[in-house]
Amino acid sequence: MSTAKNININLKIWRQKNAKEKGGIVDYKLDNVSTASSFLEMLDQLNEQLINSKQEPVAFDHDCREGICGMCSLYINGRAHGPETGTTTCQLHMRKFKDGDTIYIEPFRSKAFPVVKDLVVDRSSFDRIQQAGGFVSVNTSGNTIDANSIPVPKDDADKSFMAAACIGCGACVASCKNGSAMLFVGAKVSQYALLPQGKVEAATRVQNMVRQMDEEGFGNCTNTGACEVECPKGISLENIARMNREFLKASL
Amino acid sequence: MKLDSKIPEGPLNKKWTDYKDHLKLVAPNNRPKLDIIVVGTGLAGASAAASLGEMGYNVKAFCFQDSPRRAHSIAAQGGINAAKNYQNDGDSIYRLFYDTIKGGDYRAREANVHRLAEVSGNIIDQCVAQGVPFAREYGGMLDNRSFGGVQVQRTFYAAGQTGQQLLLGAYSSLSRQIGLGRVKMFNRHEMLDLVKIDGKARGIIARNLITGEIERHSAHAVVIASGGYGNVYFLSTNAMGSNVSAGWKVHKRGAAFSNPCYVQIHPTCIPVHGTNQSKLTLMSESLRNSGRIWVPKKKEDAEAIRAGKLKPTQIAEEDRDYYLERRYPAFGNLVPRDVASRAAKERCDEGYGIEANDTNEGVYLDFSSEIKSKGKEVAYAHGNHNPSEEEIIKLGKEWIEEKYGNLFEMYEKITDENPYETPMKIYPAVHYTMGGVWVDYNLQSSIPGCFVAGEANFSDHGANRLGASALMQGLADGYFVLPYTVSNYLADEIRTGKISTDAPEFAEAEKNVKDSIDKFLNNNGTKSVDYFHKRLGLVMWNKVGMARNEKGLKEAIEEIGQIRDEFYKDVFVPGSAEELNPELEKALRVADFLELGQLMAMDALQRNESCGGHFREEYQDAEGETLRDDENFSFVSAWEYKGQDTTKAELHKEDLKYEFIKIAARNYK
Repeated sequence: MSTAKNININLKIWRQKNAKEKGGIVDYKLDNVSTASSFLEMLDQLNEQLINSKQEPVAFDHDCREGICGMCSLYINGRAHGPETGTTTCQLHMRKFKDGDTIYIEPFRSKAFPVVKDLVVDRSSFDRIQQAGGFVSVNTSGNTIDANSIPVPKDDADKSFMAAACIGCGACVASCKNGSAMLFVGAKVSQYALLPQGKVEAATRVQNMVRQMDEEGFGNCTNTGACEVECPKGISLENIARMNREFLKASL
Repeated sequence: MKLDSKIPEGPLNKKWTDYKDHLKLVAPNNRPKLDIIVVGTGLAGASAAASLGEMGYNVKAFCFQDSPRRAHSIAAQGGINAAKNYQNDGDSIYRLFYDTIKGGDYRAREANVHRLAEVSGNIIDQCVAQGVPFAREYGGMLDNRSFGGVQVQRTFYAAGQTGQQLLLGAYSSLSRQIGLGRVKMFNRHEMLDLVKIDGKARGIIARNLITGEIERHSAHAVVIASGGYGNVYFLSTNAMGSNVSAGWKVHKRGAAFSNPCYVQIHPTCIPVHGTNQSKLTLMSESLRNSGRIWVPKKKEDAEAIRAGKLKPTQIAEEDRDYYLERRYPAFGNLVPRDVASRAAKERCDEGYGIEANDTNEGVYLDFSSEIKSKGKEVAYAHGNHNPSEEEIIKLGKEWIEEKYGNLFEMYEKITDENPYETPMKIYPAVHYTMGGVWVDYNLQSSIPGCFVAGEANFSDHGANRLGASALMQGLADGYFVLPYTVSNYLADEIRTGKISTDAPEFAEAEKNVKDSIDKFLNNNGTKSVDYFHKRLGLVMWNKVGMARNEKGLKEAIEEIGQIRDEFYKDVFVPGSAEELNPELEKALRVADFLELGQLMAMDALQRNESCGGHFREEYQDAEGETLRDDENFSFVSAWEYKGQDTTKAELHKEDLKYEFIKIAARNYK
């Protein structure tokens, strides 16, 4: 864009060879970063510089770079996905930083998200929670009823959609002082609980998903609300409340 | 190589039903004895793995991402087509079929496309049953919108996140099967070769991307659902990891690769910002329902805008050239993607581009008319029959936000401009690839036991895909086609028994993979993988992009060969084989792109006509529209691999027969 300019920045990045070895912060200097670049394009530029001087590039997770796949992460200056709210790291742009800034980049940290290498963490615990109950038990047949045979109130459909907008990035866990995954699980439980198709299994679903969540080593919710603030998709705390109600109902 | 499309006889609307009724079955007690590998977990792969797992087969699924939920289907924004006719505007299975064939510029198979249209309604039923939260109207019924190249409203959507919701639906079904132990999931694994025994696909070699371990996996059938090859251009709307390698390995093992030159350049993407750009971002086609595309009528206005002296909002209505509405009054801003892209290029080539980047390439997508008309509608609906200008604009913006909120937000994050106040700047970018591995009606490649689904195959979109049809095809293949056709194949395998990974063919394939990894790591070159990938991308975009000609294509073939030679001599890949090594992953993928890119140019060079996304400058009419040559080019090109230098590849042809549709010039005027 026409208003872009170049800035010079200092980076302090967590480097860790693998899951077993100890990691630490390493300093880098990076010049001529366009403010129109995304944060990950800035890291690409750093890696190109490292490769050209025969050093190992920084490993980080990323894929779609459109803010939807949930693969990018990063704890930037002490915040999941960086300083802007409602934004994934891939959608964060360098115009949010100033010339001469020092930027700290660390992996998402949580007991249930062990570091794999540098800034890459293992979030497969989320998959296992989903496998425990995050679905409607319907087979592929082509003989399900017509899609319009059960009207769904628009308000329920909209709320379900807003919960389903979760991208499974794990920012909620990384931001939570307890390392809780309740925003993630609450969103999934809510998506289904709000729809007639999901109501049938609502009780077993919430029990199974919560059980798996606990087994994975996620912490509990103490209503701090950091997860909601840092969630790039604006998933509401209401979903945690709904999950708690669903869980209570299922346990009675 | 013999290409038998296996299209069943009979009337068009009975073909699939009759065919399905006569396919062989595998009894439930035999299914757990049969292994199936599925590579890729996007809409096609996840739905196939889930469905085959449900049936009771022993499924192994692979994805290179850290979770199957990340596959790039997730980024599809606008919607999914289905011939439900819920809006009562004259839609039908036939119309969806006809629109798709016409949209594809008469270069797709009738039978495949009709099957796609037939199962489209089932997809929506299935997704709703899974808990996919589609957009609804106040009465609780599903809402629809319109997409390019059609005159009905048949597109189902979930805001601008339809791909995400459909993929999460398929992922939830897949997760259920993983939880039940019927599918074993291999995250962060990349397929690096296909293993063939006695001519049949019998397994794959995969690399564990975390440990670097090279693994052998055997199966009775292999399904490739690894997506498209748009990243051959370096800059595209594909995810960073999207690659052609799974499909290309299959091609190298003997499967024909079809129509590689058919690439979809999507008209509405955010323009390029600079040399460090890593990817391009799409703004959904659904925006063309509400946005009007224009450039200034006067060159001096365009120049002033680029120089920052004029704002688009200062250009008077009569000084704007709504060039799509001018050239194509019947379809207006909703012409198909290839038509809209070329029209944008034409205006920018003439000097009317409005973006202040190196090439001035950019046009406006303007929502101000829609904000006013919808604002007024909403005011009336609320009983306010005399709304003020401010009220109208406020209500109009709210209406836009509800429909496209996430897209507007994304646009603002990337460009730092507010599209509610000033028009979006857009330009075409590589988005989807219609070509892919050749498959027959069963979605089986020319290697028995190797099936290819979704964007990775070539089958349904001809030379141009209509909007909201990729999601439809991915789920149709995975949910409603492969379960039947893979079973038919496996019915002859129930006596085979477990396939041993000790076979010499596995050892040979594994050695190939290890050798190429070692070669890269010990190459001791001086330049990064990206350096070569960017150079390839530039050649592809300039000479095998939106407009092609004989001279440019011949140069491209030459230049790509040179880049490939330099790549093998001078690429530097840091790190080791036994760890997470993203540079190594990239090197292995770019090696395949360097072969594919050349084949794309070869394919474009032999196709002496213009059709759909393939525009040869030599073949256009007086108004710059595509000129097809049905007499000589009504065929599917199918290339046979003859080595790394793809100028040696051998061309085979599958003739396209139109029994039910009368071929005509595509007209959207």
